[in-house]
Amino acid sequence: MELLYFLIQQTLLFMIPLLIVALGGMFSERSGVVNIALEGIMVMGAFTSIFFINLTQGTMSGNIQLILAILIASVTGIVFSLFHAIAAVNLKADQTISATALNMFAPAFAVFIARIINGIVYNKNVQQIEFINTFRMTEVPILSKIPVLGDMLFRNAYITTYVGILILILSSIVLYKTKFGLRLRACGENPHAANTAGIKVERIQYAGVMISGALAGIGGLVFVVPTSTNFNATVSGYGFLAVAVLIFGQWKPKYILLASFFFGFMKALSNSYASIPFLFALNIQSNIYKMIPYIATVLVLIFTSKKSAAPRASGIPFDRMQR
Amino acid sequence: MKKKRDFAPFISSFAAIVCGLIIGFIILLISNPSEAVAGFGTILTGSFTHGSKGVGQVLYYATPLILCGLSVGFAFKTGLFNIGGSGQFLMGAFGGILIGLTCPKLGPFQWVVGLLFATFLGAIWGAIPGILKAYFNVNEVISCIMLNYISLFWVNMAVKGNKVLFNTLRNESKDIPKVATIPKLGLDKVFDGSSVNSGIIIAIVVAILLYIILEKTTFGYELKACGLNKNASKYAGISENRSIVYSMVIAGAIAGLAGGIMLLSGTGRHIEIKDVIPNEGFNGISVALLGVSNPIGVIFSGLFIAYLTAGGFYLQLFHFSKEIIDIIVAVIIYFSAFALIIKKFIEKLNDRKLGKNERMTYNVEDHTITKTKKREV
Repeated sequence: MELLYFLIQQTLLFMIPLLIVALGGMFSERSGVVNIALEGIMVMGAFTSIFFINLTQGTMSGNIQLILAILIASVTGIVFSLFHAIAAVNLKADQTISATALNMFAPAFAVFIARIINGIVYNKNVQQIEFINTFRMTEVPILSKIPVLGDMLFRNAYITTYVGILILILSSIVLYKTKFGLRLRACGENPHAANTAGIKVERIQYAGVMISGALAGIGGLVFVVPTSTNFNATVSGYGFLAVAVLIFGQWKPKYILLASFFFGFMKALSNSYASIPFLFALNIQSNIYKMIPYIATVLVLIFTSKKSAAPRASGIPFDRMQR
Repeated sequence: MKKKRDFAPFISSFAAIVCGLIIGFIILLISNPSEAVAGFGTILTGSFTHGSKGVGQVLYYATPLILCGLSVGFAFKTGLFNIGGSGQFLMGAFGGILIGLTCPKLGPFQWVVGLLFATFLGAIWGAIPGILKAYFNVNEVISCIMLNYISLFWVNMAVKGNKVLFNTLRNESKDIPKVATIPKLGLDKVFDGSSVNSGIIIAIVVAILLYIILEKTTFGYELKACGLNKNASKYAGISENRSIVYSMVIAGAIAGLAGGIMLLSGTGRHIEIKDVIPNEGFNGISVALLGVSNPIGVIFSGLFIAYLTAGGFYLQLFHFSKEIIDIIVAVIIYFSAFALIIKKFIEKLNDRKLGKNERMTYNVEDHTITKTKKREV
């Protein structure tokens, strides 16, 4: 049982950032803008917020600091994603190309600025931004006493886990129960019809991209905090993985939750299979576990792509002048 | 008139380069005003600091850039976005070391067989997303990203699990024996002290071959037709599925070849066992975009980015980090993304039949099109 709790806690660490970022990607794609710049946005969000943590270390309690950092990450993400929005919505550029540019820009920019600021503040020319992890809660009062659930969710946990769950609930409500959500989905399916119905397509697409920016920024921070003690201008391809989760999850919040759980669980297995006796006895290399989510995604794509659930207009620049 | 139009994409690339350099300069200026001018000068001239050695290094850096750029650019021509260049590169790299380390019996042909095997593995790795796209409608961007990771973990596993290939002490693949490396063909004499080898010649030959395929053969015409308008080409009797698969196979083969060349260069490049995807395939995207997917254009854009990269190394003398080069390239790509769109748009308008003394003007500020009278000359 201890083992199961440990595995679930590990899974959560990998799963929550994927969940948040994939939900972000969902908002962008369902508004009709493909956003594979998630990786770059994650890097930028993690970069500014970790710098904030680094500079304010010790001046406030861990959780307040983390919440402020989340806000900073989301603002950074929004600002950075605007570049994608301008290219995709206003200039009708190829969305993969502008996203590729952002993915390339972010890590280079993070290293460049980190070296300068590290040079000024600590007088050393390094690109890593160090931070002390004061955010882990060994036990959440009262809630950790709940049987089973308490052990899984409320021990050795980070506040970011609950932020992730909150984002999931809010996203489902916004997407399915609000006027904005309906309009967003309409723009992704048939922007011309939406336009005829009086919806300002460009505005909705801007909103979609900005939400994805905010969530991807948060995702970057949430990924780095529990798994490392420094930020080295990378989120190890989690942005791309989130795109896979998004597709695996068929652009729907509930399936995205399942997909991110699957990916997170496999990741947790590959990290800790050595401490699980019966898996260790199977003598499967960790690389196999690492490979499985990707192979599974390809297989799922093969079976689902014929009648894809992808938003029909996603990736096609909306042009009023057509038709 | 027609000739002029052929150069339009290169003009837009040039404009994007200028924008990128200006923004790079501004970033240098903000971060350290006193050394910005000297630093910027180094970006532009740094690669020539050591004379012919510097030029040789540029050619060496340019080799994988050109090949991966060709790989991405070729797929672009058929309307496919090959973001899987890195995975194909890695498979090729693995193919290269496998032959380079395990087949000493091949003698002087070892490097040739190594490169062929690298090309073959790359082609397979390109064929998978091609087949998935053609017959199962799987988005090639996603399947390519997945295949990048699958190849990463697979190659790590294969290298680590093989005593002949794996250098336990350094956690990377073993050194390639000297006999198995690609010949230098005297290039090391011309560019004394640099790492350049005949790989750059292979890259340029491949570029010319691709140019001939695309521009002078029916096969190339069919590939391009599919990229431009798949419905029209289907109507003309071109098999779209076949074109997609062939295009991806060729793209994968070239990226695989790049991997083989890099690993068989004998210049200290190894397959390192870490969970990081090699950069080459992603750099290829920038090279292809900057060279507007034209094989000959890609040679020049590859050389240009290699030249900036080489200059970037010397930038560290001025306490700037070399990442400024990546920033500049990213900005260039960003601008080239919409420079191309505007250019296409103007072209489309010009193509419409207009009155003899009229022409369409696209107004960039407020996105309006106006009919203007041509001035009397």
